[in-house]
Amino acid sequence: MNDIVLDVRNLRVEFPTRKGTLTAVDDVSLQIRRGEILGMVGESGAGKSMTGMAILGLLEPPGRIAAGSIHLSGDRIDTLDDKAMQTIRGRRIGAIFQDPLTSLNPLFKVGDQLVETIRLHTQLDKSQARERAKELMREVGIPAVDERIDNYPHQFSGGMRQRIVIALALSGEPELIVADEPTTALDVSIQAQITALLKRLCRERGTAVMLVTHDMGVIAETADRVAVMYAGRLAEVGDVDDVVRRPQHPYTRGLMGSIPSLQNEVEELQMIPGSMPRLNAIPPGCAFNPRCDHATAQCRADMPRINGAAGGVACWLATQGAPA
Amino acid sequence: MIAFLIKRTANAAFVMLAVALLAFVIFRFFGDPVEMMVNEQATQQDRIELRERLGLNDGFVTQYTRFVTNAVQGDFGISYRNQQDVMVLIKDRFPATFELVLVATVISLVVGIPLGVLTAVHRDSRLANILQLGSIIGVSLPSFVVGILLILAFSVSLGWLPAFGRGDTVDIGWWSTGLLTPSGRMALILPSLSLSTFQITLVMRLVRAEMLETLRADYIKFARARGVPIRRVQWRHALRNCLMPVITLTGMQIGNLIAFALVTETVFQWPGMGLLFIQAVTFVDIPVMAAYLMIVSFIFVALNTLVDITYAWVDPRLRDDAARAGGANG
Repeated sequence: MNDIVLDVRNLRVEFPTRKGTLTAVDDVSLQIRRGEILGMVGESGAGKSMTGMAILGLLEPPGRIAAGSIHLSGDRIDTLDDKAMQTIRGRRIGAIFQDPLTSLNPLFKVGDQLVETIRLHTQLDKSQARERAKELMREVGIPAVDERIDNYPHQFSGGMRQRIVIALALSGEPELIVADEPTTALDVSIQAQITALLKRLCRERGTAVMLVTHDMGVIAETADRVAVMYAGRLAEVGDVDDVVRRPQHPYTRGLMGSIPSLQNEVEELQMIPGSMPRLNAIPPGCAFNPRCDHATAQCRADMPRINGAAGGVACWLATQGAPA
Repeated sequence: MIAFLIKRTANAAFVMLAVALLAFVIFRFFGDPVEMMVNEQATQQDRIELRERLGLNDGFVTQYTRFVTNAVQGDFGISYRNQQDVMVLIKDRFPATFELVLVATVISLVVGIPLGVLTAVHRDSRLANILQLGSIIGVSLPSFVVGILLILAFSVSLGWLPAFGRGDTVDIGWWSTGLLTPSGRMALILPSLSLSTFQITLVMRLVRAEMLETLRADYIKFARARGVPIRRVQWRHALRNCLMPVITLTGMQIGNLIAFALVTETVFQWPGMGLLFIQAVTFVDIPVMAAYLMIVSFIFVALNTLVDITYAWVDPRLRDDAARAGGANG
């Protein structure tokens, strides 16, 4: 089991507010192995990005990790102070954010931002770091690197900027990359290029990736395993083929049903009635029960749990045999 | 960039022409210049001759053109009060005001920027709250009150610093500087502190507001995610993104400082342009007033233009947009 890079156990993230404590992430357990890409899907507010931020130690106050543990290659990191986390972020965990237009500091040349990051995490001197920056830029597919390295972020297109962001995430040669909606802000035509690039680079390096997205298509193309989140909890975890082809949780099935497909022409896409509960109004039992066609008395009373590290379905019906 | 420079300079020149028109109109139509220049015993003939000599019988446009042409060459006529060339008077006084304003500006930046960052970064700490409160007092206290309080404390009670004047000065060419002598430097402290009190609080509050905004930006979070230490993120990545408005403010305020230094100069009897102006007002010394108006306006306009150009230099996006004439972005 030495190749487990990320091991999250029973993670709970809470936001104490004036009106009471909101639980944004509850009882989430995950494992990602070396070179593996774990897709995290769910609607906005399902807690997937929050899980990513908790791993990076960048929860916005007053958000905090209230329970559980996070281990990175065996080292516990959720209890480290910010100073210790500074040496982990960038060096052992890289990050890619949603919007490449706003992830880069507009007043610094991309080369300077790369050199800064490289020098923070390696022993290279300035000119070596610059060479390394060029190398990384070539690797992520930026043409005319010798000129482009001295350009400012606004001189790049969105797709090119996200490539720079990927280069930045890789510059510390991290074990894990948390990619939070890396393609959401991009044109559809660019999305595929960026996911393919991310996938190739991480495969080559054996980097584990936590790919947060709400786009099932991206997951299906990129991820090895999928974790579906709903209202802060895991709904289903499994291999991407199983989850996409044979989703077991009613919510996952609803998600899959709402994706248009080229093969089967349908008059109307399926939709899940209702909407995800707000964090302060999560129903007792299974959080999905008010929207589920198959909900039973048990679903309304007891919360189904799964060990996401092992995989499985958080559904009473699924554990008792396939629901109708 | 060149087109941008030309455009800005043309704008500035146009504004200066308008100001010159105003100054000229004041000079020409506020009472009769001849009446103010001649003495009681002058005959009607003397007056007519003087009128002719001054060119006051020429057409309006001719006179205005002459006024502008002279002003551009630094000739603002003769002071009514002491019959000296106005430009010579201003040249004598300008270094005093300039040094006062310069030192006040430096103080306001050196003190104001770090205070602004600190209050933004530790925004809920007790120190930040005290500083915020202090800044409200600083903003609302009139500068002459600050000046008088400073004199009371440091000159009258403690006797540490001089209460008035410039101390000893050294001439470098026509420029007389007080920065090179100990007594000159001592004399600068109180007036420049008094002048900068308002500026410090202004800069501090501006930097604080900008920092709070910038610290929420994605690239700040991303810089943290890259492992950049938090102080470096705050003082380098965030602060640099806050400096644009500070540059604007400082540029604009230098103009204001020069103009409003006259209050401080009056309190401290600082021999600068402001004091000269106040004296000119008392004697209805119109040429001096017109020259003061022109020169202060010129400094204002020049600074505004410089600020715009500096913008383009600090923010690469503006630089490029100007160069590409607003070409497509991304």
